[in-house]
Amino acid sequence: MRILIEGARVIDPANTVDDVLDVLIEDGRIAAVGLERAARSALVPDRVLDARGKVVCPGFVDLHVHLREPGREDQETIATGTRAAALGGFTSVCAMPNTNPVNDNQSVTEFVLDRAHREGAVNVFPVGAITKGQKGEELAEIGELVKAGCVAVSDDGKPVMNAELMRRALEYTSMLKIPVVQHAEDLHMVGKGSMHEGFVSTELGIRGIPAASEAIIVARDILLAELTGGHYHVAHVSTAESVRLIREAKAKGLNVTCEVTPHHFSLTDEAVRSFGTNTKMAPPLRSQRHVEAIKAGLKDGTIDAIATDHAPHTIQDKEVEFEYAANGIVGLETACGVGMTTLVEGGVLTLAQLIASLTCNPARIFHLNKGTLSVGADADIAILDPTHEWVVNVRKFASKSRNSPFDGWKLRGEVLATIVGGKVVWEREG
Amino acid sequence: MSTAWKRKDLLGIQDVTPEEIELVLDTAVSMKEIASRDIKKVPTLRGKMVINLFYEPSTRTRTSFEIAGKWMSADVVNISASSSSVVKGETLKDTGLTLQAMHPDIVVIRHSAVGAPHFLAGVLTRTAVINAGDGAHEHPTQALLDLFTIRERRGTLAGLKAAIVGDILHSRVARSDIFAMQKMGMQVRVSGPPTMLPRYLDRLGVEVFDRIEAAIADVDIIMMLRIQLERQGAGLFPTLREYSKLFGLNLNRLKAAKRDVLIMHPGPINRGVEIAPEVADGPYSLILNQVENGLAVRMALLYLLAGGGAVNN
Repeated sequence: MRILIEGARVIDPANTVDDVLDVLIEDGRIAAVGLERAARSALVPDRVLDARGKVVCPGFVDLHVHLREPGREDQETIATGTRAAALGGFTSVCAMPNTNPVNDNQSVTEFVLDRAHREGAVNVFPVGAITKGQKGEELAEIGELVKAGCVAVSDDGKPVMNAELMRRALEYTSMLKIPVVQHAEDLHMVGKGSMHEGFVSTELGIRGIPAASEAIIVARDILLAELTGGHYHVAHVSTAESVRLIREAKAKGLNVTCEVTPHHFSLTDEAVRSFGTNTKMAPPLRSQRHVEAIKAGLKDGTIDAIATDHAPHTIQDKEVEFEYAANGIVGLETACGVGMTTLVEGGVLTLAQLIASLTCNPARIFHLNKGTLSVGADADIAILDPTHEWVVNVRKFASKSRNSPFDGWKLRGEVLATIVGGKVVWEREG
Repeated sequence: MSTAWKRKDLLGIQDVTPEEIELVLDTAVSMKEIASRDIKKVPTLRGKMVINLFYEPSTRTRTSFEIAGKWMSADVVNISASSSSVVKGETLKDTGLTLQAMHPDIVVIRHSAVGAPHFLAGVLTRTAVINAGDGAHEHPTQALLDLFTIRERRGTLAGLKAAIVGDILHSRVARSDIFAMQKMGMQVRVSGPPTMLPRYLDRLGVEVFDRIEAAIADVDIIMMLRIQLERQGAGLFPTLREYSKLFGLNLNRLKAAKRDVLIMHPGPINRGVEIAPEVADGPYSLILNQVENGLAVRMALLYLLAGGGAVNN
């Protein structure tokens, strides 16, 4: 099978390519980027994709999704979640372990991989639990998890509150060359809070979660990364102080990386005034000051990657009083548009920088052989229309769930087609 | 009355205009006259139904709405739903839709979750919703009766200065009072232990004092808040004893205040904790006036939200 993508602006940050070039796919791999006229005319492709005026880039890599299978197939399955990924231009997703049962052992990892192999529209990389049952008490069999295919460990949804245990996790994983991904929130400070502690929470009388609750854990863990030499990755960074601490840690040369979600750079706690439960997540939407610091962190490279924290919930999980609602929102199908609109149109990042934060940067953090258009690499590709304006409509989502705060948003920048291993897994009609 | 009431619901003071507040207070004046009659029942809301949907225990607010409705000849139904009905399975949405199918005109809701009345008001497209207290957010009818009581005593609101003392963090009365007083041109101060003063209060235009003596020095009204006994041991203050010593309003402390200062409290009071008995029962205490005026204000609101009509016939 030979596919030729013609005439697109090819942006491949891994190889610092940004030029109008043809891309040739052969047998599931990138065969060439840029073809001489003679080679082009000699070529007989099985399919030609006319991408003039469009952007071709590596398929996006999401370090943080909840596919909910096994256990909550009413919210999402590996089949529907990876289909949502494909619609969003993602060709690889890393599945968080807070399923039921928790992915804290080889057999769950194998189940996820097997299901993904048979039903998945895109590549699935499982993330194992740090501790057994994500209980924060004793280490899971991380060696076995990695052997079975896990690319990182995390107790996501639950912070590792015990500093000694976190130290051992960073130490132990250093021999396995995988990152420890922390959901950084001091649970004592979070208490019964359900939104950011700030002016809005003061007005609304909703119990607040102070920004310091995140930075305190980040600061502690950076000290532990320094002590152990382990790779520490902060999930969904949301505060100015966390960004500052990570910037300092990087300047020191520590092995510290982080990701941010699209909602944490595009929404503030002002959105909670609607009491719409799709503005409720952990960590919570922060105030403008924090959003500005997040943007500055993206701009100067302190924040490595954009990850969605795609968290599907059923209608009944969300159609309740704000304080009773489940945390989290879906994000796979809006990430690209929100990123292009808020960050590229907003003048924070160039399109190439945005693409880097969605491709080669996340791939590097989890050591995935993805996120590049190098010759010989897997042909995982997204084709984008960077200028097309569209309106988010949750009813059209491929995800089983509809819990998005972006419903009705007008976004600029749309995914037109997604190719995984040389196969077009999704194409926009018309 | 020049302004008409156009709002379907009363969810919070933050949403309403000073003109709407005036309208409620003016309407309540005529309602209070009814309450002073020998025969208190008027037929104004005959054939109308009010449902009191209370997810939190309440004596005074629920009773006040019930009596207000009955004096106006409305049919009043009380439902005490425990918050655990969420755990039992019926959602607020389903409870609301079920009630709406029985054709009430007004649902009065109290709920421990902030925003629950707003959620209900979105679900109930044909029924007026009155917020009788949502979490630590708002308690608009309390603020309106507080304003009514102050205006009745002082003749005016603009230019007056009030100090609200106590647990501002957990107080829906404090929030609604702050919004209401400011909308009517009053100045508001707050005082309490810093652990019970939420951050950024100053951005609301409120003056913040650590010491109660400084806060009450030259104000016209002191609003003492109930300190909830179960807060002791939750880490926000050491003991009720110490709280009472530092922030309790007693005769000695009152010497720092103006001689004609008005003492208010939304109740129920903890005698000897936030307020000494001699102060609660003293000459400037308006605590029982607040309760009495609550009836008039709630009659006015039921009347306005049920669509008006002739009041006195």
